[in-house]
Amino acid sequence: MKRRLIPRLAGVLLWLLLTGNGILGGLQPERAVPGGEPPLSIRRAQAAPFWDAWLRSPATPLAFNELYSGASSLGLELSPKLKSLEGKRVVMTGFMAPPLKPTLAFFVLTQTPMAICPFCSSDADWPSNIILVKLSQPVDSLPFDQPIAVTGMLELGTQVDSETGFVSLVRIQADTVERAD
Amino acid sequence: MTNRILALIKARSAKTVAAFMALTFLLSTPCFAYTLPAASPITVLPIDHAKFLAGQKFDFLVEVHDAVSANITVTVNGTAAEQYFGKTAAVKLDKSLASYRIDNVAFKNAGTLEIAVRAATADGPATRAVRYEVVNNVAPKRAKNVILFIGDGMSLQARQMARILSKGITEGRYNDLLEMEKMSNTAIITTSGYDSLVTDSANSASAYATGHKSVVNAMGVYADSTPDPFDDPKVENIVELAKRTRGMATGIVSTANITDATPAAMVAHTRRRSELNTIAASMLDARHRPDVILGGGAQQFLPMATPGSKRKDNRNLIEEFKALGYSFSGSRSELLSTPLAATKLLGLYNLDNMNVYLDREVLKNPTVLGGFDDQPNLMSMTGKAINTLSKNPNGFFLMVEGASIDKQLHVLDWQRATYDTIELDKAIGVAKEFARKNGDTMIIVVADHAHGASITGTYHERDGKTGREAVRIYADSVYPTFEDRDGDGFPDNPDPDVTLAVQFANHPDFNASYRLQQQPTVPAIMANGKAVANPQTQGEFQPGNIPASDPSEVHAADDIILNAQGPGSEYFNGVMDNTEVFFAMARALGLDGKRGLK
Ligand SMILES: [Zn+2]
Repeated sequence: MKRRLIPRLAGVLLWLLLTGNGILGGLQPERAVPGGEPPLSIRRAQAAPFWDAWLRSPATPLAFNELYSGASSLGLELSPKLKSLEGKRVVMTGFMAPPLKPTLAFFVLTQTPMAICPFCSSDADWPSNIILVKLSQPVDSLPFDQPIAVTGMLELGTQVDSETGFVSLVRIQADTVERAD
Repeated sequence: MTNRILALIKARSAKTVAAFMALTFLLSTPCFAYTLPAASPITVLPIDHAKFLAGQKFDFLVEVHDAVSANITVTVNGTAAEQYFGKTAAVKLDKSLASYRIDNVAFKNAGTLEIAVRAATADGPATRAVRYEVVNNVAPKRAKNVILFIGDGMSLQARQMARILSKGITEGRYNDLLEMEKMSNTAIITTSGYDSLVTDSANSASAYATGHKSVVNAMGVYADSTPDPFDDPKVENIVELAKRTRGMATGIVSTANITDATPAAMVAHTRRRSELNTIAASMLDARHRPDVILGGGAQQFLPMATPGSKRKDNRNLIEEFKALGYSFSGSRSELLSTPLAATKLLGLYNLDNMNVYLDREVLKNPTVLGGFDDQPNLMSMTGKAINTLSKNPNGFFLMVEGASIDKQLHVLDWQRATYDTIELDKAIGVAKEFARKNGDTMIIVVADHAHGASITGTYHERDGKTGREAVRIYADSVYPTFEDRDGDGFPDNPDPDVTLAVQFANHPDFNASYRLQQQPTVPAIMANGKAVANPQTQGEFQPGNIPASDPSEVHAADDIILNAQGPGSEYFNGVMDNTEVFFAMARALGLDGKRGLK
């Protein structure tokens, strides 16, 4: 009981202090966003702290069809543009796939709206060109059926989520998620 | 009612005596009655009425719920099970679940068996008896090879759509029949698993591969009550039997991920079909390692560090297969240039499922193909598989799956499904050509379950009507205007002026356009736990008629059709259970499960 409570309290405190900065991703609360918080679709860049110069740097637009420059049965080839943006701020537009669990601190951004069939599919059935969007706060109530724009720092390289075992290759540590119009 | 009929008959003259006698006979015949199975704290796996090939290996498991001790008595035809099988049982009591398990056993002789179980439960002593049947039938003329074609989700109506589009219909008569419809034997196949009326592809393919029913999402196993997806009691499958008892060559070919349920069920054993990493690695196991593996799904064979991989370890299964002497091909051109002498093939033509025929060979939209613009078709995969496997003098077993018939019907895309049915039919033509020259091959064509798609008429907007008002029924259902002028078996235009009206019995909320979607599009998406019509689609809104938890059209429990030809195909006739496909194959090949048994 104690072990769960302390990081949660610490997380909420830090969130209040730092308005949910992603750098402190290791100390996130485990549960859904506290009540009363504005829905994420209108939650903006969360008041960039002064030490985060990169946050104010303009985001480079990145499209799904720009991720890979080649594909074969032996793997995908990351495009020069994708590689050049590693560690930089990007903005991508896509659809939020329904999360595996409603309380996860990440979601999957897909090129087209997704329908994962509970009987015929598993998390292994995601298309290859998905983006894992990491959030400083777990989210609920995001629109799945409307295009959304995700802005944040681009991360590359295979990573396995310790809680879900979800494998990702391209990630965005999001500072802004909003409706794309 | 009966009295009135009798009175009527009596009132008639003597000429009704014969009819009267016939009726008396009918009335004296005992009526068929049935009851629900009684609930029991004892589960016996394999289940009651399971049927085995003599010598077919399996794991035997008894589970006792609400048990108070691990004291379980099991007899086989009156003999203690440990003595009967010549093996010691592993007996366990875990909380209130007691189990009694003997792995890797077989019934050596044909006949019926009665298994009797006694155990102690919280409610007092409990007993359970189940019956098994063991067969070892051999066809009068044996087949050297068996080729099993599975059209995933290829319901009767899916076949008819393919017949209309591929062959055409003139004044009510079809210009020709499909290859699969020109075979000597036909049967109606029932598809349910032992847990539920509606099956999935793992469960149904498992019935073909093992002769045993299973449960949704499972293959090559009976489902025990523990959550571990790899500890369930196994049953030996056709690939293992063909290899173990006769050293036959074996192959699996699919347009899906090769780790997808249907091809996987030919070799693997797991309660959960989504364990794709393990299923892929399991294909290396010598007991059921197919000589030919062709399909999509390289993502399960590449090490985790490779972009595009879906493995959670750093094994490179492609390299492991190569080390075992497999020729690897990753594209159509590589497949076609495989050395003629190769006897082992691994071909993976996409990271994921292969694209469907319409996208791969007709529309060729680069966005849809995502760089995979040199994928082979099912005809060349089937031809290459047959050429390679037929080098084995002991014969071969080959399973070829048209996988995306199902996948496209799930997304209500009957046009893409139909092109893939036609592709499967042309692959069947390749196999029939081999069988015609060799005369020693049984070919089976069967679906694994149905879909709720129905041809309700035709559709056109010639008079300006659209949507449901443009669905032409009865006399208004003028013939569709598909044509195949180049004679390749596929209609030249997938979306002509007058097309079919295909409507679905079991669909989510969606927007019906009736027309071809230029790109594959899902009909519904999940939003806050509920399937809603895909907002990126246009058309007439149709409210879903299945639970909103499922965003796709779903399988139907409808019976399906099987066609067969060649030695042993005489077995197929009338209405048959899906497990009989396995027994027909074993009988045609004359497989003797006892050979190679310790
Ligand atoms: Zn399906």
